[in-house]
Amino acid sequence: MKPANATIIDVIDETPSVRSFVFDLSLEFTPGQYIMVWVRGVDEVPMSLSDHNMITVQRVGDATSAIFELAVGDTVGIRGPYGRGFDINNPVLIVAGGVGAAPLAPLAEAAHGMGYDVLTLLGARTHDELLFQRRFGGVGEVMIATDDGSAGFHGRVTDLPDRGMVDQCIHSCGPEPMMYALLSMLDEQQRGNAQFSLHRYIKCGLGICGACCIDPSKECACVDGPVFYGSELVGSEFGRYRRGADGVRISIA
Amino acid sequence: MITITGLKLKNPTILAAGILGSTGASLLRVAGSGAGAVVTKSIGRSPNSGHPNPSMVKIECGFLNALGLPNPGYQQYREELVTAKKGKVPVIASIFGGNASEFVEVALGLCDLADGIELNLSCPHADRYGASIGIDPSLVREITSAVKDAVNIPVWAKLTPNVTDITKIGLAAQEGGADVVVAINTVRAMAIDIESGFPILGNRFGGLSGTAIKPIAVKCVYDLYAALDIPIIGVGGISTWQDAVKMMMAGASAVQVGSAVCGGIQVFAEIADGIEGYCQVHGHEVPDICGIAHER
Repeated sequence: MKPANATIIDVIDETPSVRSFVFDLSLEFTPGQYIMVWVRGVDEVPMSLSDHNMITVQRVGDATSAIFELAVGDTVGIRGPYGRGFDINNPVLIVAGGVGAAPLAPLAEAAHGMGYDVLTLLGARTHDELLFQRRFGGVGEVMIATDDGSAGFHGRVTDLPDRGMVDQCIHSCGPEPMMYALLSMLDEQQRGNAQFSLHRYIKCGLGICGACCIDPSKECACVDGPVFYGSELVGSEFGRYRRGADGVRISIA
Repeated sequence: MITITGLKLKNPTILAAGILGSTGASLLRVAGSGAGAVVTKSIGRSPNSGHPNPSMVKIECGFLNALGLPNPGYQQYREELVTAKKGKVPVIASIFGGNASEFVEVALGLCDLADGIELNLSCPHADRYGASIGIDPSLVREITSAVKDAVNIPVWAKLTPNVTDITKIGLAAQEGGADVVVAINTVRAMAIDIESGFPILGNRFGGLSGTAIKPIAVKCVYDLYAALDIPIIGVGGISTWQDAVKMMMAGASAVQVGSAVCGGIQVFAEIADGIEGYCQVHGHEVPDICGIAHER
């Protein structure tokens, strides 16, 4: 599909480094699916939907910096929603790190709407970088972890989930080392119930160009993902490397 | 089973360059799905990120792309070839360069692992590369000849349709010693976003693939068959076995499939089975349908 035109009707400062952009259109989507956001004349990047009409962006590079320049009334081109989102499996355990909370907030709300139990483990570097704490808190219990101890547990969010994780279905998005640490804590049965949303360099979004193929499962993150079950990621590039725009492997520390 | 440029293919369907060819695992997946051979993403001398996005979009009649030859460079691509080779089908390395010596350097860097080399003389949207070279018969002859002298595996020359007479380019490749010509690459094209007036592709223009270019490809293959002595591999808009049979009747000994993987990679097995079935019903061996249209 060609990009559809979307006008920004609201810009929300979520944290010092994260902003949400609300569009004048409503998309039917599964939490975890993404749209390709075209900042005309600059770049086009994949962004998870944080609501039916909203993306939530952290400023990390040229394209996201260009998005940060946008104001109410500006327009972008949008393709999608694309990809495989999360299956919402009960009881829901959400493990979110940093801006990874973006696709999980609508998942928590959808799960609550289905009558499921929702427990969220929400992590960030500092207390003011905790994203969507109120949205998660509105639909279930939230446990907080911060790297600097400025709120909640002092440490990694992955050190929290001891509590009853065995019986729960994990839905996770965040920095890959965090998600990899989480996957490594799970036994075989738990991996089959745990889902992870991967961040990969996506070009076409159509499963054609092959830029985002995952080693060695050979699946394309853009159409077969970005959400994968832990059982699909064991022994893969996940947690070890991703590829840049040129296909060169970039180590994930 | 067919033999083309000395390579044995279990069927005449081949993965086209630039599609699902960025990694070894991806090529392996296509090989395992039933393709007779696979061609890699075009590889150059050094890592290249390609053009900014949007680099590929679906439009009403096909796909428009300007990926811009993204690749990790031949040294880093070698490990991908090692993986791809586990697929037990011939793996052809598509390569590009700005001149004959660059082509030779990349070919030499990959020829011990690849089963063949496909020369990208046809990418329509990379300044200095691809079709910038492929529209000039003397450069095509020189590059083909230089690579042919440097390696002892088959050399395929992939041609651009964005010329007045593709047979002149085909003849130049043949004179340079190409073992086969592959026709066609994408057709130069662009799309514009009417909300903003911006060209949609990051590179402003690119190449059109998919169903829209199929009749163009059939005509190019038909003309090349009449003009050349070496075999032709037909590519451009093939998504069904009927498309493949048409292309072969025009003169193709085998076909490449690219954009149609969008509907799933089982497309190779479906096309191969369809060709086989058609030939059985009509009492042909598969190679016999090549060029039939010229006798009618």
